[in-house]
Amino acid sequence: MAYAIEGATGAWEVVVGLEVHAQVISQSKLFSGSSAAFGAEPNTQVSFVDAGFPGMLPVINRECVAQAVRTGLGLNAVIHNVSRFDRKNYFYADMPQGYQISQYQHPIVGTGVVEVELSDGSVKEIGVTRLHLEQDAGKSLHDRHATKTFIDLNRSGVALMEIVSEPDIRSPEEAGAYLRKLRSILRYLGTCDGNMEEGSMRADVNVSVRKAGEPYRTRCEVKNVNSVRFVMQAIEAEAARQVEVWESGGSVKQETRLFDPNRLETRPMRSKEDAHDYRYFPEPDLLPLVLEDDWVAALKASLPELPDAKKARFRAEYGLTAYDAAVLVAEKATAEFFETVAKGRDAKIAANWVTGDFFAALNKTGATIDNPPISATDLGALLDLIADSTINGRIAKDVFEAMVETGKSPATIVAEKGLRQVTDTGAIDAAVDAIIAANPDKVAEYRSGKDKLFGFFVGQTMKAMAGKGNPALINETLKKRLA
Amino acid sequence: MLTDLTIAQAKAGLEAKQFSALELTEAHLHGIDTLNPRLNAFLTVTAEAAREQAKAADAAIGRGDIRALTGIPLAIKDLFCTQGVRTTAASRILDSFVPPYESTVTANLLADGAVFVGKTNLDEFAMGSSNMTSAFGPVENPWKRRQDQNAILVPGGSSGGSAAAVAARLAMGATGTDTGGSIRQPASFCGLVGVKPSYGRCSRWGVVAFASSLDHPGPFARTVEDSAILLGSMASHDPKDSTSADRPVPDYRAACRRGVAGLRIGIPREYRVDGMSAEIEALWQQGIDWLRAAGAEIVDVSLPHTKYGLATYYIVAPAEASSNLARYDGVRYGLRRDGAELSDMYGNTRAAGFGTEVQRRILIGTYVLSAGYYDAYYLRAQKVRALILRDFTEAFAQVDALLTPTAPSAAFAQGEKMDDPVQMYLNDLFTVGANLAGVPASSVPAGLDSNGLPLGLQIVGRPFDEETVFAVSAEIERAAGFSALPAIRAGV
Amino acid sequence: MALDPTTIRRIATLARIQVDDDRLEPLSQELNGILGWIAQLNEVDVDGVEPLTGGAQMAMKMRDDAVTDGGYPDKILANAPDRNGAFFAVPKVVE
Repeated sequence: MAYAIEGATGAWEVVVGLEVHAQVISQSKLFSGSSAAFGAEPNTQVSFVDAGFPGMLPVINRECVAQAVRTGLGLNAVIHNVSRFDRKNYFYADMPQGYQISQYQHPIVGTGVVEVELSDGSVKEIGVTRLHLEQDAGKSLHDRHATKTFIDLNRSGVALMEIVSEPDIRSPEEAGAYLRKLRSILRYLGTCDGNMEEGSMRADVNVSVRKAGEPYRTRCEVKNVNSVRFVMQAIEAEAARQVEVWESGGSVKQETRLFDPNRLETRPMRSKEDAHDYRYFPEPDLLPLVLEDDWVAALKASLPELPDAKKARFRAEYGLTAYDAAVLVAEKATAEFFETVAKGRDAKIAANWVTGDFFAALNKTGATIDNPPISATDLGALLDLIADSTINGRIAKDVFEAMVETGKSPATIVAEKGLRQVTDTGAIDAAVDAIIAANPDKVAEYRSGKDKLFGFFVGQTMKAMAGKGNPALINETLKKRLA
Repeated sequence: MLTDLTIAQAKAGLEAKQFSALELTEAHLHGIDTLNPRLNAFLTVTAEAAREQAKAADAAIGRGDIRALTGIPLAIKDLFCTQGVRTTAASRILDSFVPPYESTVTANLLADGAVFVGKTNLDEFAMGSSNMTSAFGPVENPWKRRQDQNAILVPGGSSGGSAAAVAARLAMGATGTDTGGSIRQPASFCGLVGVKPSYGRCSRWGVVAFASSLDHPGPFARTVEDSAILLGSMASHDPKDSTSADRPVPDYRAACRRGVAGLRIGIPREYRVDGMSAEIEALWQQGIDWLRAAGAEIVDVSLPHTKYGLATYYIVAPAEASSNLARYDGVRYGLRRDGAELSDMYGNTRAAGFGTEVQRRILIGTYVLSAGYYDAYYLRAQKVRALILRDFTEAFAQVDALLTPTAPSAAFAQGEKMDDPVQMYLNDLFTVGANLAGVPASSVPAGLDSNGLPLGLQIVGRPFDEETVFAVSAEIERAAGFSALPAIRAGV
Repeated sequence: MALDPTTIRRIATLARIQVDDDRLEPLSQELNGILGWIAQLNEVDVDGVEPLTGGAQMAMKMRDDAVTDGGYPDKILANAPDRNGAFFAVPKVVE
């Protein structure tokens, strides 16, 4: 069932397009040689170019262009061999030049497409309208002083990719899936770290509502939403607001709004009230950006395997379910972790351990895949110990816990704790005989047809052997003795 | 008089140790002391720094390290950012801005041993043709009308202070910038050689921007050879300016001696405008005759879109300026006039900081870029600009250079042409084409009008063929034998 | 396309130049004079002409990605009309 907002006058469809601003991973800024790193002391990563000093001129960073091309290729998009920069003119205290250098008429990347997986198992294509390069503004700090706003220009001039989607998104869920997929692709490509908390990825959300079959109605732009959850909430809040406006006989005014995550509502953005005439014109300080075919081809040849391709391969090569494959490829590091564990081993067992115990351990310890509590090599070694019957599956869980706690290798833990599996038939025979001797009534019940009691005997034997008995041998011996 | 020497003569004298660089600099500083209070050519005089540079030049000469401009006193248009020296663009809005960096062009000159005596006056942000829009008062042209010695004439603009300084012998040469004629028109008004090189030949890095696609740094000097020496030093490929041309800089000084025999010189018929003064027309014909006599072939050519150059310019230049001047907002440097809110602070600062002409151009530029008018004005102007470039390209398929008058008149008096902005804009009639097309052009003093005021002829060349421009300019200079002197000059 | 005082007001706001009311009318006359003169461009047949953006007819050079600039906050802040510590300061902005 498609997502809809039930209003007094019936169901309303939500129409959403996203403009994602993704900070390009590079050493230096788009048009200057100052550092693009995050978190430095105020105004320390600022050149005279970034601060808009008189006579300063922009010079483009080749790596930023390469990153945009890689991203375009990753979005299955058209690369424009000739693009151009324009000035977007408006005044703001943290925008030193009085204009932002952006690409308006001739972006570096044209139309592309992103496939998103939805919770009902379906796959939807979201169109990408364009991707262009532009410079970031500085940062305004409004809460440091009673009557003043403070300006830090460290961000000024950092390269951004603005990735504009078609208005193909029809629900908060689709928006979330699109953003997560986009982030995954950017991270795979190494073109953006996707860190929404630090602001290196943020979204402007264009929302409108309509009745089924209608043309688009007026949209509002909710600016600078900085988490996937907030984007989903902002769509819900803004769509509900618009339905209310239409249904109460009003009409939605095209405007820029801000989302308040505490109150779960949007409000008009005051500083943007009269800023709708940006007076774009070609940036005369720069020349057309011309890409050589060979250069683009070389970038294409060096692209990593992307999530969709990897997912298909995981299913074909390892026989994983669509679900497991999707979970494992979402993060490049996770996929690499899995492949290290699975190499030369039973891939399905590897997938179960990674998505099960390993993910649980990540959650529990609060660690990330980039800095996991146990290494993929150690997890693989643990699986080897199971496979060669050094330990049984139950003991393996304990060994895994110990690995997470101590960081020691599974072999060390098995040796130290004496967890090696007992396969000596004499020891197993003795243990089984003792259990049978101690439970004559249960033996009688079993022999009279109560088959379910078999599990009781297995459990008792295993307990007597401190969990280390080989389960297959115990079964075999019990069956023989109880027959 | 040391101040009457050409740069070439001064170089020889310094090298032969006939005088020291310090003596040469002192002579010019003395001239500035005496005349600048009247002429107002300099906004900032850097006497102490100049003496230090001169001493360093003498030391360099002493050890045989003689470069293109070692010990030569120059004036710098106050649009070039100079490290540690206040740079104003002749505007209140820059207030007491002291750049922490040196423009590429001035850095090139310093690296070649030049001595900077000061920063020269100009029209505010280079917007003007008379130097009347400077926030720090007008500049007086050192030349006088024979019949009307009391009239104070303008030096032209926007590089009026540089032109007046070189004409009055307060510096041996100067830097200027030319966006629509701002080097060539003042050169014509002050009896100097002025060169606007090809777009991309001299770096714009560190030059306060007026209109990025039209701004050209270039030199003023009293001879063609001196201007060639200066341009050779100013020009370079600059990786900090994306529009800078990565081409070797030829030996311009040698090009001055090439002669014009065998060159084809185009005379664009559209420059023969209605109402052109008989004096200008006669001078132009004189120039044609000189070149023909020197062995050049004279060819009638057509630049059909000439008459649209000015209107095109007065859309493109204000449009770019409206954006380039947005950075003067009172936040990071320069003037600030407070306001209750940020937007009030902006509005108050920019109203107080920009003069009338600058405000007028910002408003026009904002308008022609605004929603609904972009196509009708800016986009159309860019298309006409393409046609103007095509005119030049087609003409240069037939000829090696063009010869035209530089300006429609000789220097006018302060206060004249002030009522109607369009009347003032017409000064750039013959010069804007070269800016729109990015081709090199010079103005060479070729004669005097009936009032005894200098008139220049303009030579326009193919893109990056400054050498032919110098060759033709030198021939005009030789033939004209221009020897008149301004009434006001150092040592008189 | 005449520039009336209302349009001048809008343009001046966009350009962030405070203009007193009594200046609107004279400004309107001046600017209309200029625009009227500029209107001669309408005579030119520009059908099929590609607009020319700038004076340079070449492709753009790109620089290597290396940190070569910045790291001088004192110089950046030295000319500031108002600052607070390492920040520039402006009248408080309400977003």
